[in-house]
Amino acid sequence: CGTMLTNISNVLRACAQRNGAAAVISARTYADFTAQATFEVKKCDTHKLDEAPATEVVMTREEGLQYYRTMQTMRRMELKADQLYKQKIIRGFCHLYDGQEACAVGIEASINLSDHLITAYRAHGYTYTRGGTVKEIMAELTGRRGGIAKGKGGSMHMYCKNFYGGNGIVGAQVPLGAGVALACKHQGRNELCVCLYGDGAANQGQIFETYNMAALWKLPVIFVCENNRYGMGTSVERAAASTDYYKRGEFIPGLRVDGMDVLCVREATRFAAEHCRSGKGPILMELQTYRYHGHSMSDPGVSYRTREEIQEVRSKSDPISMLKDRMLSNNMASVEELKEIDVEVRKEIEDAAQFATTDPEPPLEELCNHIFYNNPPLDVRGTHPWSKLKSVS
Amino acid sequence: MDEELERDERVFLMVEEVAQYDGALQVSRGLWKKYGDKRISTLPFLRVRILIMWRSGGSGGGLLLFKTGPSLPLFQAGLRPICEFMTFNFSMQAIDQVINSAAKTYYMSAGLQPVPIVFRGPNGASAGVAAQHSQCFAAWYAHCPGLKVVSPWNSEDAKGLLKSAIREDNPVVFLENELMYGVPFEMSEESQSKDFTIPIGKAKVERPGSHVTVVSHSRLVGHCLDAAAVLAKEGIECEVINLRTIRPMDVESIEASVMKTNHLVTVEGGWPQFGVGAEICARIMEGPAFNYLDAPVTRVTGVDIPMPYAKILEDHSVPQIKDIIFSIKKTLNV
Repeated sequence: CGTMLTNISNVLRACAQRNGAAAVISARTYADFTAQATFEVKKCDTHKLDEAPATEVVMTREEGLQYYRTMQTMRRMELKADQLYKQKIIRGFCHLYDGQEACAVGIEASINLSDHLITAYRAHGYTYTRGGTVKEIMAELTGRRGGIAKGKGGSMHMYCKNFYGGNGIVGAQVPLGAGVALACKHQGRNELCVCLYGDGAANQGQIFETYNMAALWKLPVIFVCENNRYGMGTSVERAAASTDYYKRGEFIPGLRVDGMDVLCVREATRFAAEHCRSGKGPILMELQTYRYHGHSMSDPGVSYRTREEIQEVRSKSDPISMLKDRMLSNNMASVEELKEIDVEVRKEIEDAAQFATTDPEPPLEELCNHIFYNNPPLDVRGTHPWSKLKSVS
Repeated sequence: MDEELERDERVFLMVEEVAQYDGALQVSRGLWKKYGDKRISTLPFLRVRILIMWRSGGSGGGLLLFKTGPSLPLFQAGLRPICEFMTFNFSMQAIDQVINSAAKTYYMSAGLQPVPIVFRGPNGASAGVAAQHSQCFAAWYAHCPGLKVVSPWNSEDAKGLLKSAIREDNPVVFLENELMYGVPFEMSEESQSKDFTIPIGKAKVERPGSHVTVVSHSRLVGHCLDAAAVLAKEGIECEVINLRTIRPMDVESIEASVMKTNHLVTVEGGWPQFGVGAEICARIMEGPAFNYLDAPVTRVTGVDIPMPYAKILEDHSVPQIKDIIFSIKKTLNV
């Protein structure tokens, strides 16, 4: 119970720190609504573990509302990004996260902002849960000076405190994540690193090298394989000799988790975090999830899977709908209240999009900055020898 | 590729996402349907490094270079793979095998083990794909003995050079350009034949001129021609040379031109330091053309920074036509 309260207060604290998100923190519960309820979540398959995450979990009304708001914000943000991309206001690559919201929200619910997280390029959702604002994220997508990376990174290169991106090269972030965990262990601050990758990257050599080092050195890293069934256009059956991604760590204990259920993800992450913090070393979670969009905006997403399949997941397993149904059927919120959150979220997204489309582009003086850190200013060659540009740290 | 697959049974293609995705950039569209799994091997989206399995023995010598990523399967004793990188940025994850296994093997084996493989894919800057997806690898690969490095500009180049690369018995790094895939060009009757090849190692004078030699490769050849058209109106006649091959570089063509025009400007998309232009400068200095130069060689290059995302910054990170015009005029002191 003590840890649960700590978790709740952490979640609420995190929620309160977020710009623009109104936190419902109330000492008294509304007489009409249930303060908290117990829910059953799918049992996680385990690998080399004697115990498993709980299947009966408690969620409070406040938590439910916060998860709902966060997931809805992420959903709407991605859909707005889709729109802006089609209008050519967002350029280059854009890999959308809609469908997978429960993963990001569930993970963040069981770690602290002082923990660390790194992921691949489908990163907008994590940028948000790690503390980025919708405004900063959207302005980064549109390449403006108010973007979280000042417009220099774009969709795949967003960073914030204790969030190391946003990485474009498949799998390259996994060894980095273990490195962050090594730093955590070295500095003895009881922090851990959540290190994410997809089913596509899961077959790479560098992933296995990382498993090896993390296990040898007992690094506090939670490896998370977001298995959305398709690596670009290749289904897991055509890509992997073994699709039991939670077992692929072999000597690393693993969990297979229902990635569409935010509570299941939260519970599994809680279990995994405890494992890491107790010094037992790395652990691997496979989150079974689904992306509604194609691999990126240049992929319609239907040449390698059927529309029926997408529709079925949407109607039966959508993470936001699932949470909504749970809250309504347990009298934890009213339809109107949730609708009001929807309206607020919509407004937040509209305002952010407005900002993202009107904020000016970065100034040309920024072009050469941030080559080196803590370095005296240096000259940078432009496109020809008479173009001498300046770089400051 | 279709024609070469038809012509020689030993040729086969290994591409990520080629079957149901039709190849990420559609370059291999339709080939899987036509040739099937035996000739077109689709790889899952992995970008993993190469797993080398040596299968040596006897005169038939087996060298199996198997890359479970932007693939590099290299079956010696018969097969001639074409390995597609979704972009050359991902080749860095496999670059050890491109250099240490492909480039150096024939030398290390003292002639026992040739490596007839083509690595192809888009190289260099695209549009809005940011720092990790915009790098030009021409200088990186051209630095290494044992590799041939080709960089086509137009459709004729792409066809003729690719066919030569596939027929070539040595490893060829074939640097395409994503922004050029959709650009149509007129093709001569001759270039439409199934046996049309362009020799590797020979540059082409795309536009003759007498005042300045402008040397470029890939997409920027077009920019140079545009700049030349503008300058022609001011009475400046540029001789535009399309390198076509980076390694082995056709220095003789450049020298012959410089000995005529006395001025040289190089134009590339990649970073300046240790780049294609830098090599051209060095080679010109070491050869007869140096004495014909009336001014130092000017290099027009990408800006020496990682590629930013924002459009205004990206536009200022790559050579524009106006930069080429400015540089030519400065070199000519006009």
